[in-house]
Amino acid sequence: MSPASASEPALSVAALRRDYGERTALEGIGFELAAGETLLVLGPNGAGKTTLLRILATLLRPSGGEVRALGCALPGEAWKLRGRVGFLGHEPLLYRDLSGRENLRFHARLHGLQGAPAEARIAELLATVGMQRRAEERVVELSAGMRQRLAICRCVLHEPELLLLDEPDSNLDAEGRLLARALIGPGGKRTRVVVSHDPERFEAEADRVLRLEAGGRAVAA
Amino acid sequence: MFSKGLAPLAIATAVTLTAAFALVFFYAPLDADQGFIQKIFYLHVPLAIVALCGFVAGGVFAILHLRSGERRWDAWSYVAIHMSVIFGVAVLITGSIWAKASWGHWWVWDEPTLVSFLIVFLMYATYYPFRYAIEDPERQARYASVFAVTAGAFVPLNFIAVRLAESLVHPRTFATANGGLPGSMMLTFLVSLAAMALLWVTLVKLELTAKSASGQLKRLRRAIDAPVAGAGSRIAPEVS
Amino acid sequence: MTPPQVTPTGSAFAAILAKDLRAELRTLQSLPAMALFATTTFVIFRFGLDRTSLSGSLAALLGVNRLFVAEREEGGFDAIRLAPIDRSVLFAAKATALFVYLAVLELVVVPVFAVFFLDSAAALAPLAAVLVLADLGIAATGTLISSMAVHSRARDLLGPLVLLPLVVPLMIAATGASEPLLAVGGPGYERFATWLAVLSLYDLIFLLVGYAVFDFLLED
Repeated sequence: MSPASASEPALSVAALRRDYGERTALEGIGFELAAGETLLVLGPNGAGKTTLLRILATLLRPSGGEVRALGCALPGEAWKLRGRVGFLGHEPLLYRDLSGRENLRFHARLHGLQGAPAEARIAELLATVGMQRRAEERVVELSAGMRQRLAICRCVLHEPELLLLDEPDSNLDAEGRLLARALIGPGGKRTRVVVSHDPERFEAEADRVLRLEAGGRAVAA
Repeated sequence: MFSKGLAPLAIATAVTLTAAFALVFFYAPLDADQGFIQKIFYLHVPLAIVALCGFVAGGVFAILHLRSGERRWDAWSYVAIHMSVIFGVAVLITGSIWAKASWGHWWVWDEPTLVSFLIVFLMYATYYPFRYAIEDPERQARYASVFAVTAGAFVPLNFIAVRLAESLVHPRTFATANGGLPGSMMLTFLVSLAAMALLWVTLVKLELTAKSASGQLKRLRRAIDAPVAGAGSRIAPEVS
Repeated sequence: MTPPQVTPTGSAFAAILAKDLRAELRTLQSLPAMALFATTTFVIFRFGLDRTSLSGSLAALLGVNRLFVAEREEGGFDAIRLAPIDRSVLFAAKATALFVYLAVLELVVVPVFAVFFLDSAAALAPLAAVLVLADLGIAATGTLISSMAVHSRARDLLGPLVLLPLVVPLMIAATGASEPLLAVGGPGYERFATWLAVLSLYDLIFLLVGYAVFDFLLED
């Protein structure tokens, strides 16, 4: 696993395009992001923000253009990138019939973490988001806000270098947002791409801003 | 791109078809048991063989599509299966006519090849609702290729199983297996087979050419922002 | 005119019925699919497979649909696709899960069946062998097809529709092997080895196909 060299940006995207059949979701997207920086992606509904995030997460293949993340070229080297990215999407990606802790254990095992170190990490994360007392309840019984807190734990469980966050504050109350900052907020060596439709909320944290318009094109800065 | 070689192919097909027709009606001897109606065998069996090979070809194109990611292989796969299904309908109809003439019923369950082909046909008939049910075009193409590969593997397995099952209950009734044909019949059969094969290839190329033309037309229309007439079939892959 | 506080039953009935018919007519996709399914069932039935294997396979087909429901609900395999793993592993795991599910089902049903229909206990071991091989085949094809059906519109119909013809060779071989075993007067072993060979071939081929293409299935 080769880390990105000091000179290479954590993320570099050029002329990115993504089509769905005849519809173009993204076109001509390009930007660079250095390690530790935060990119804020803004735009109305349907502008392609989520599509962009999913491409960076290796969940979608680009239809054209070049994407390099953490020294890996997508889509060819996606397999190298997967364990180093933390993705927080619209869905919490939690199994409803399992408890929070069981869900985190499953995700940990998928990322190669198990046994005592995994348990310790899970306990630490649950405590950070204030979910330690409700971790044994089935996810289906939890509120949306609690699921979001669990999803945030899931997202950072494997200590990823790149965080891809789609509306990370959704469903969180003020306390939740505060607790989440410790895990997914700015700072440290974390490179982040944050998607939001609320410009004011994340503007202060953003090192760069990418504005998308309907049709998937970038609005000239 | 697809129309390269179409003209000579079409000519070759026409020539072979005429030759086959002539041989069937003027050269091949009358069958002692079944009389004139036996001649439908020269249509029925070549159609079946070509259809089955067509299904397998659809599977091969599907493998190429999955490995390369190029959409044109999906078009090849779809058209190959599509054409083989159409040939399959002809197989079942001619088989039915032959059954009626030979045994007095429009369908017989004793004939393993016929029954086996019917099951293969039913398998590939699900290809259409399958494609139709998957909305995202890229995913539809990928899943259709997986289907084509699976169904392609299914064809020989099905024949083996049905053959074994039937031979337990009834002896093979279609005694004119290829091995036992007299020379003149064999020649006619082979020419018919060649004709059907050429016909299949020509029709496939023709359909791909037509798709390619309408695909290009659509692209041009879109480029100049002219209205694009008709949404196009949701399951037929677009060919650029 | 003020609407009534409770809509009269007649109007409500007519409204819902009209909506249903209109919607069905517009999509018109379940009708041909159901007709196809019915035709295939008829063909299999008429072909002479005994009722036990037919009802058994229909039950299995319905069970297969459950395989991927949890994944679909949770967001379409994303959790698996984000993990740094070989995606064909998902196929192996799901197929094994389906196999276990079928095996448990049979562990319950077969003893009951044996008490009523089996003439001699000597048939139990070979019968178990046939069932294991048949289950493997359904596990392979069931996993393969339902993982695709889960992304489709008519997902509860599409899986069984495609699976039904697909498992015909399996059903033929399973019936061919097991019918002599259940014969009155003691088990018979005509062509037992042949049928087992066919079953094994089916299993091998579809396990390989499933493992090979599954990576392409999870791509996007």
